[in-house]
Amino acid sequence: MKRNRKLAEKLITFGIVIAAFLLCKILIGTGVMSRSLRGQLIPICVYICMAVSLNLTVGISGELSLGHAGFMSVGAFSGIVAAMWLSKGVGVESQLHCLLFAILVGGALAGAAGVVIGIPVLRLRGDYLAIVTLAFGEIIRNVMNCIYVSLDGSTLRFGFINPGLPGKILLNGPMGATGVKKMASFEIGFVLVLFTLFVVLNLIDSRDGRAIMAIRDSRIAAESVGLNVTKYKMMAFVTSAVLAGMAGALYGLNFSTVAPAMFKFDTSILVLVFVVLGGIGNIRGSVISATLLTMLPELLRAFSDYRMLVYAIVLILVMIFTNNPKLKNAVGRLLPRRGASGKEAE
Amino acid sequence: MSESFKRTPTKMVPAPSHGIVPERDVGERPVLETRNLGISFGGLQAVDDFNLIIGKTEIAGLIGPNGAGKTTVFNLLTKVYQPTMGTILINGHDTAGMNTAQASKMGIARTFQNIRLFDKMSVEDNVRIGLHNQIQYGMASGILRLPSYWAGERRQHERAMDLLSIFDMEDLAGVRAGSLPYGAQRRLEIVRALATNPSLLLLDEPAAGMNPHETEELMANIVKIRDRFKIAVLLIEHDMKLVMGICEGICVLNFGKVIAKGTPEDIQNNPVVIEAYLGKRKEA
Repeated sequence: MKRNRKLAEKLITFGIVIAAFLLCKILIGTGVMSRSLRGQLIPICVYICMAVSLNLTVGISGELSLGHAGFMSVGAFSGIVAAMWLSKGVGVESQLHCLLFAILVGGALAGAAGVVIGIPVLRLRGDYLAIVTLAFGEIIRNVMNCIYVSLDGSTLRFGFINPGLPGKILLNGPMGATGVKKMASFEIGFVLVLFTLFVVLNLIDSRDGRAIMAIRDSRIAAESVGLNVTKYKMMAFVTSAVLAGMAGALYGLNFSTVAPAMFKFDTSILVLVFVVLGGIGNIRGSVISATLLTMLPELLRAFSDYRMLVYAIVLILVMIFTNNPKLKNAVGRLLPRRGASGKEAE
Repeated sequence: MSESFKRTPTKMVPAPSHGIVPERDVGERPVLETRNLGISFGGLQAVDDFNLIIGKTEIAGLIGPNGAGKTTVFNLLTKVYQPTMGTILINGHDTAGMNTAQASKMGIARTFQNIRLFDKMSVEDNVRIGLHNQIQYGMASGILRLPSYWAGERRQHERAMDLLSIFDMEDLAGVRAGSLPYGAQRRLEIVRALATNPSLLLLDEPAAGMNPHETEELMANIVKIRDRFKIAVLLIEHDMKLVMGICEGICVLNFGKVIAKGTPEDIQNNPVVIEAYLGKRKEA
């Protein structure tokens, strides 16, 4: 019975995503959806993947990471280089193949970055870990500012700090990538969201996922039953980095110009806001909050200059409403089904 | 009331190196042997020159007044603390340099004085985490739901239910561990420890907060667990009825030092122990 409930929860999450996708398709087909909102579809998919993957670190593994945009940036730039190399250097025609290759490369390199960063970071705990992930996020951005890549025929040339590389420049230090062919599509974004959900939800409901959550709940007890704490923290952190890198690759190939400055600390915090707002450890909540909050600035266009102010107020209100026990109780009393639990609280 | 737990005194004989073990365990390698074990925190010698031998199927007790260093001994045995001197042998293997997880794989399992369950997870999942190293499958088969995932999950479920049946807790499998009543949480901790397939089970005040009836049940269950799993049990307990009722060998600790060792009969009549511990309790 328990297993059925878990399966049902999972199917509901997938159902919501698929239904939203079909709805978008219909709205695009009938021409109801505005142009600006259509432009938001791929970023929404990307931010859903980012939020879900960050929730794996913050909610499931219980480590506050403030450098998630760093992995997105690694994924974005390695994805762009991979896609350009495959299409221009090797001459693969199919955009889909280039995009999938870019996503794989982006995921792999972000995963490698996750391993390198995870080894020192996961020795720390709590606030210290958060600050060090923040620092690593900034280090990644600064390194990206100094990386130059050019495509000379079919060979990639790498340089550091303005070396004047021969051939067509792909990454130009702080200028980032310019003239990127827009390969990302909403369909692939949708598939990536499903993939991310599939990986994270299945991981949580498996032996390894239980180990990760056990370590979060009580590290001492987890060690006492023989769990290798470092291994499972690493597993969660690197999986999260891989998924963020894949989302980053899709994000990078959605714009004609991508600069390292797009993956600042703000972006990490933005994704963290999605996670906190959706509920820490609540995967479906992350999907919904990432979608709504990415769309919100567009929807608030009517407020023109006051848009970001209203955005901030909405954020504060939602946080208060979802986390205030008094308000929760008040709502609980209004709902007849939850009346009993309201009495208990009194 | 206590008729069913009338212990027939176990004949204790000298162990090959030092200490005593039950006669039935003489031919077997002792499950635990410590030699000159000690730890100091800064200038404080919390445990000093601790020598203990536990036979393969012995139920042993570690008693002493509050602050005597009993839980510190547990933390040393499970490698939460690294000893500053001495040796710990589990089934004859030296555990020097190991961490807690490795000690668990060597066959040592424990419960905690202040219960440490995975509160947000279900009762069954708590036991499944105990089974983590017993029933394995890879991360990839977990994510891709390969046949080994389904087989592993099914075996974990069956084994978890089997273990929960020791305390008749199968009905509670789906309940959140944190919402269980206190006694049930203590029992679940024992089940989780047993799931790691230990050869030595350490129980830190298993009867704390239990009423006399529950304590009676617990005593029967500890003996039942020993007989069924053929393991040794070392328990810290303040309830003398439990200690004298089921322990075969007892070690008394005071200010980090062993002040007496022997059978319950020896301990009960030992003037040093009575002065340090039992005498004071009777007045209270």
